[in-house]
Amino acid sequence: MTTLTGARIGVVTFPGSLDDRDAARAIRVAGGQAVALWHGDEDLQGVDAVVLPGGFSYGDYLRCGAIARFAPAMQTIIDKARGGMPVFGICNGFQILVESHLLPGALIRNDHQHFICRDQKLRIENTTSVWTRGFEFGDEIVVPLKNGEGGYIADEHTLDALEGEGRIMARYLDVNPNGSYRDIAGLVNERGNVAGMMPHPEHAVEPLTGPSLDGLTFFTSILSALASGVRA
Amino acid sequence: MSIDNIANAVATPDHPQPYRDLGVKDDEYQRIRDILGRRPTSSELAMYSVMWSEHCSYKSSKVHLAQFGDKKPQTDAMLVGIGENAGVVDIGNDWAVTFKIESHNHPSYVEPYQGAATGVGGIVRDIMSMGARPVAVMDPLRFGPLDAPDTRRVLPGVIAGVGGYGNCLGLPNIGGEVVFDPTYLGNPLVNALCVGTMKHADIHLAKASGIGNRVILYGARTGGDGIGGVSVLASETFDADGPAKRPSVQVGDPFMEKLLIECTLEVLHAGLVEGIQDLGGAGISCATSELASNGTGGMQVWLDRVPLRDATLSPEEILMSESQERMCAIVPPEHVEEFMAICRKWDVIATDIGVVTDTGRLVIEWHGETIVDVPPRTVAHDGPVYQRPYHRPAWQDALQADAPTAERLPRPQTASELHELVLRMTAAPNLASKSWVTDQYDRYVQGNTVMAQPEDSGMVRVDEESGLGVAVATDCNARVAKLDPYHGARFALAEAYRNVAVSGAKPLAVTNCLNFGSPEDPEVMWQFAEAVRGLADGCLELGTPVTGGNVSFYNQTGDVAILPTPVVGVLGVIDDVDRRTPMAWAEDGDLIYVLGDTADDFAGSEWAHEVHGHLGGLPRPVDLAKERVLGEILLAGSRDGMFNAAHDVSDGGIMQSLVEMALRSNVGARIWVPRDMDPFVFMYSESATRAIVVVPRDEESRFTAMCGARGFTAERVGVVDSQLDTDAIAASTEDSSNGSEPAQLLQLDNVHGETIRWSVDELRAAHLRTLPAVLNA
Repeated sequence: MTTLTGARIGVVTFPGSLDDRDAARAIRVAGGQAVALWHGDEDLQGVDAVVLPGGFSYGDYLRCGAIARFAPAMQTIIDKARGGMPVFGICNGFQILVESHLLPGALIRNDHQHFICRDQKLRIENTTSVWTRGFEFGDEIVVPLKNGEGGYIADEHTLDALEGEGRIMARYLDVNPNGSYRDIAGLVNERGNVAGMMPHPEHAVEPLTGPSLDGLTFFTSILSALASGVRA
Repeated sequence: MSIDNIANAVATPDHPQPYRDLGVKDDEYQRIRDILGRRPTSSELAMYSVMWSEHCSYKSSKVHLAQFGDKKPQTDAMLVGIGENAGVVDIGNDWAVTFKIESHNHPSYVEPYQGAATGVGGIVRDIMSMGARPVAVMDPLRFGPLDAPDTRRVLPGVIAGVGGYGNCLGLPNIGGEVVFDPTYLGNPLVNALCVGTMKHADIHLAKASGIGNRVILYGARTGGDGIGGVSVLASETFDADGPAKRPSVQVGDPFMEKLLIECTLEVLHAGLVEGIQDLGGAGISCATSELASNGTGGMQVWLDRVPLRDATLSPEEILMSESQERMCAIVPPEHVEEFMAICRKWDVIATDIGVVTDTGRLVIEWHGETIVDVPPRTVAHDGPVYQRPYHRPAWQDALQADAPTAERLPRPQTASELHELVLRMTAAPNLASKSWVTDQYDRYVQGNTVMAQPEDSGMVRVDEESGLGVAVATDCNARVAKLDPYHGARFALAEAYRNVAVSGAKPLAVTNCLNFGSPEDPEVMWQFAEAVRGLADGCLELGTPVTGGNVSFYNQTGDVAILPTPVVGVLGVIDDVDRRTPMAWAEDGDLIYVLGDTADDFAGSEWAHEVHGHLGGLPRPVDLAKERVLGEILLAGSRDGMFNAAHDVSDGGIMQSLVEMALRSNVGARIWVPRDMDPFVFMYSESATRAIVVVPRDEESRFTAMCGARGFTAERVGVVDSQLDTDAIAASTEDSSNGSEPAQLLQLDNVHGETIRWSVDELRAAHLRTLPAVLNA
């Protein structure tokens, strides 16, 4: 068990990661200790949880996240995630988790074919995962969204299962910015330790640089879960 | 065919060379022969031709650009001046900032996506090569009419290219411009600005010093892209089975550039690098000759070591290739292994291609044969300098005489006409929301963006501890520059200066991108000369030195030049970004003031352009002494907490600024036309040196006293009011099913004795619809 401020959360830098420093900042602002992890190292330096940051790993010239999934660090992360270690993939990180089969479905090019950057309203629909336990069900939040390939798709059976099991973490409100099926912005795995989301909560943690402070709750959620010994 | 080496050149002095096809003039070719004492080899000819081109040598503009140095204001802020890859400015706390604009106009017309993308890539490498971490980009863009078919080809490609490259690099795009005018239809302007930050000790320069130091080329492999005109040389050496013609526009790989940024910063911070240079225009020719010319003076290069994407490239093509994402570093031999290790870590190819020598010559070998042996300075710095003839165009007087008077251009007379006009102007392509464009740019990445479009300036935090930050704005009303290039350049400078000051940052330094037609046209050359003179004089008057910039000539379609477009970028510093002044008003009861004097100024205005398609008259010269006072008021008011919001007044006048403030905040306001002022002139005049500030009531007396003490006009014209729609409030209380907020209204009183109102929602709809209506069609 770790104290709130002592929890160590790793942020993996892949070649082409862009929001790695931002994820680290968000962890610090929330009171945690950010640990820089390198894609080429299998060793996770004993971190308590991992954030896979946004960006364009390996340029995303292939399917987004398809190459990053094979990075040495990912092999350890995949193993440990299956054992319950908390992992949160943001944007490109979400794409990597999907490519790693830690989360179901796929992320495809936005239906309007353009990259889009906007302050996006979301509704939180899962408050049991270690990444969202600080929210109230139905909380409406605003965090930045910025992606070119954020359209979430899955087969009907999977979508029904996600809804039935309460695994849709966040849905787009007002505007569906990329054609995601059932307005899905983020989801969690069965166990609730692995979460992925296209919008960027790490860019909504400071009043000066974000549209809100709503993103902070994802990071305080995991820190309080780690501090109180909550296991997914 | 054998390689044209030095011995061959000596042996065959009369061998005909296609120098004219490379753009080398007869006298220039003779000068090359005089310098070398023989004919150049084909590789040398390739190097001289590209390094002596207008693009690389500034041969037509140099004599004018000297004014930026000659008239430089006294300042302690400049750490590195003109002539390096980019100027460097001291912003305090041991932090330095470098920034620069470059153009990528012609490639972006030929191939919009790659042209724009590599424009971003090039300026980012310029910033990197000063030792800075790039922290933001901005893009001043000009296109033909929005509804022209070719604009629909060019604009989406350019935007996707700027976004595709910049987003993938992790650089927030924090502002810029999108302007439409018919003269840009066949020649769009794609300018790209980059800002970088560093500690003073990290400043690096492009010079090859230290005999024995290694010359290391790192980054992407060299391919055949962007070799353009040199293909006439290649055709001499290629047989018929050689590769087909390659595209003349470079192709970008932002992922490689991102690796290059991280790798470069790591080798610089590890102290492994003596000098560094990016490879942009003229590729290896430029990097080796400039590094050698700036340094100890000699360099030996083994060109056959350069890693290639295409093994059939000739040495001339390798020298000229503008393949993107390459850098050249001068590394002491003892650091080479560590340098290489860092490159391997980032999966960046690095190759030791040469060594710094004391010969004073740049010698390049190709498989054991010497193909280049030149004094590097003659290639890099002692190119031709032209005193191009110039004269004031005969039509200038008639253009200036065609003033937009009320007799010449009918003006709206009634409240109802003015009501309609506001909706039209809000939706005019040049004034309409550019969110279709900017929503495709990542403005959040790096987590330091404090302000981005549509704010007056882009502002990023530099130091998370202290809140130290910088603001940058770019501006140019090219219509005003056409009417009067001297004052037009000063007008652009004043506007960018104001946009920085209005957000609470102190203007420090200037960069520019001077986009003009052909310098061989004496009338265009006059526009250029006048604009440079105006900008240099203006920078002296405002105390903001020019730190660098770019000239782009030959922007014309046939004989028709673009509007002279001297884009000016101003950089300012703010001690604590928490103190910035946003453009959105918010607090009910706050007072809305116009700072500055409004006169009947419609020459070059957006109204004359949009409503009458008219361009004529003589714009009132901007008074920069007054502009400086306005800047002081804006800064003092921001520092002392007198403003809750502020916004520049420029294109579209006071009315457009008020509309933008209401839209930004989604809060209404009540405005009144000052007594004795014509409502139309109040609303749409574009008199310079004005801003709108929003003052809390309890700060009003301090604010008016400050303006009074400086003799600066401040007129109260309105009050922020979210409760104007009292009818709607009453209705919503009666009907519990309608729990919506009251509609926000912008109300204008004293319009020929009447009151006009617009709902903020209808203004927003008008503002938002214009670009999507055309570009999503």
